[in-house]
Amino acid sequence: MIEIRNLKVHLGEFRLKDINLSIEEGEFFVLMGPTGAGKTVLLEAIAGLVPILEGKISIGGRNVTRMTPEQRGVGIMYQDYALFPHLTISRNINYGLRYQGVGTRESAEERFDHLVDELGIGHLLKRYPETLSGGELQRVALARALMVEPRVILLDEPLSALDQSFREEIRLLLKQLHRNSRITFFMVTHDFSEALTLATKAAIMNNGAIVQTGTIRDIFQRPSSSFVANFVGMKNVFPAVFHGTTAHIETITIEVPRPHQNSNGHIAIRPEDVVISLKPLRSSIRNSFSGTIIGIIDQGFLYEVHVRVQDVVFKSLVTKGAAIDLGLDIGMDVRILFKSSALHIF
Amino acid sequence: MVKKGPFYWISFSCGIMVLTFILLPLVEMLTAPSGAMLRETLKDKNVIHSIWLSIYTAAAASGIAFLVGTPLAYVLARTHFRGKHFIESIIDLPIVIPHPVVGIAILGVAGKNHWLGQFLYELGIRIMGSTTGIITVLTFVGMPFYINALKAGFESISPRLENVSRSLGASMWSTFIRITFPLAWRSVLVGLIMCCARSISEFGAVVVVAYHPMIAPVLIYERFEAYGLKYSQPVAVWLVLVCLSLFLALRILALPRKKAS
Repeated sequence: MIEIRNLKVHLGEFRLKDINLSIEEGEFFVLMGPTGAGKTVLLEAIAGLVPILEGKISIGGRNVTRMTPEQRGVGIMYQDYALFPHLTISRNINYGLRYQGVGTRESAEERFDHLVDELGIGHLLKRYPETLSGGELQRVALARALMVEPRVILLDEPLSALDQSFREEIRLLLKQLHRNSRITFFMVTHDFSEALTLATKAAIMNNGAIVQTGTIRDIFQRPSSSFVANFVGMKNVFPAVFHGTTAHIETITIEVPRPHQNSNGHIAIRPEDVVISLKPLRSSIRNSFSGTIIGIIDQGFLYEVHVRVQDVVFKSLVTKGAAIDLGLDIGMDVRILFKSSALHIF
Repeated sequence: MVKKGPFYWISFSCGIMVLTFILLPLVEMLTAPSGAMLRETLKDKNVIHSIWLSIYTAAAASGIAFLVGTPLAYVLARTHFRGKHFIESIIDLPIVIPHPVVGIAILGVAGKNHWLGQFLYELGIRIMGSTTGIITVLTFVGMPFYINALKAGFESISPRLENVSRSLGASMWSTFIRITFPLAWRSVLVGLIMCCARSISEFGAVVVVAYHPMIAPVLIYERFEAYGLKYSQPVAVWLVLVCLSLFLALRILALPRKKAS
């Protein structure tokens, strides 16, 4: 559906280099990356809003690289919603109608009613954007974008400006809208839980380049570089030396699921896969080490517990209940365990 | 109550001084002529004609600034390119050049010795001593005020609104008409007022290019030179009153209104 080949964009401070992406029709694709990675610039390049230096973008088999934004059939929705402040909600939603083909008036009315109904914004139609709350603005912006039936809709951190309660609601709404349409969704986000609940595939961007693409599961479980591993919250990333199915992190010997193609590489493990126990468990888990708790960080529902094993510090996530049950405290000697299948090597 | 320090009192006295400095001569001038004199002046056809000419030429200059300045202000607000500061400086030039020099410069290209003047002459357009000449001068001095005000107005509108409009299928032109311009109209009005105000007050450049037909400032000057202060004051009062009421009306129009919620 969307094919991006060797895209290069220079825009002020931002440089996109050699972007290659392919997104299938009807997919919910998520683009993640740190602030300043160039995510919004890539979004605007797809929409035709920034000049392209080199490369090619095609949408639905049509080369759109040199097309104006209005010829592309790509909707864009910004973080700040960008509703037209001088138009009522109803006129905002219908803004794009007059540019659509002739003879669609009846179906347009039907679509309008349907969208207004689905998004629950019927009571807002005569009002102006400045009187609406964040969640309401968001729904209107979605309705406006969907009203012209784009083939692709680009969402720039649509949930980041919302309160937690609205965020959940809009997330479900996005999922529902995606399910009920054949539109391809392309969303930029910072939030992993959004990515995990909404997306089928994702790409990670850093410094103007795509560093990994794949299914959401792959990206979270098999990061291809230490940057991606750190970025997706694989808090335990260590350089390691490999010998067959064993590896050495400093002085610790670990059993790994498969041999590494090089003798030097990295081992990563998600903190939720590191289990803490007070005594050796009778289990098939081979990777079991004794260490000392050197730090406990409150993360809301969970504690992040730092355990030093010889000279290596492992991070483990423990629920608050479990931490109280085990009586975890700084300075305490514990055992940490993890399955070799939970290890990711690269 | 908190004791007010020397800083407060210095600021306060300076404020009073500035206001007195501006208002005293104006109030003095406005109250000097008697009602009978003011009525008498209004019967003078030359006075009516000159005030009307002042308004008409200033409005024409603002109209020209609107037509050619609007697209330029938009481009300057939205794009960044090498040499942009240079272009902005050129646009500001008429503000810093002494007024008679502006007149002399315009005569330099409008005269028969210059190819442009020659060309205009063949087309039957006269600059020297004509209404066209006055409008040319006023456009020259007023344009920067319009462009700068509108440029600031355009800059305050998020380009994202235009981006969304384009993505909904609107062309650049349509986006400008339906989104950018309606959101910038107050800046347009403010720019027009500034341009018009600057034009109506111009004297030095106009007197070089067109002493006749007489605009109000030239007439006031002439009466002052020929008959003295007393005879120039009533005309000045009328010009000030007409200008003030015009600008007040526009200003009220341009005030932000509360939208019904």
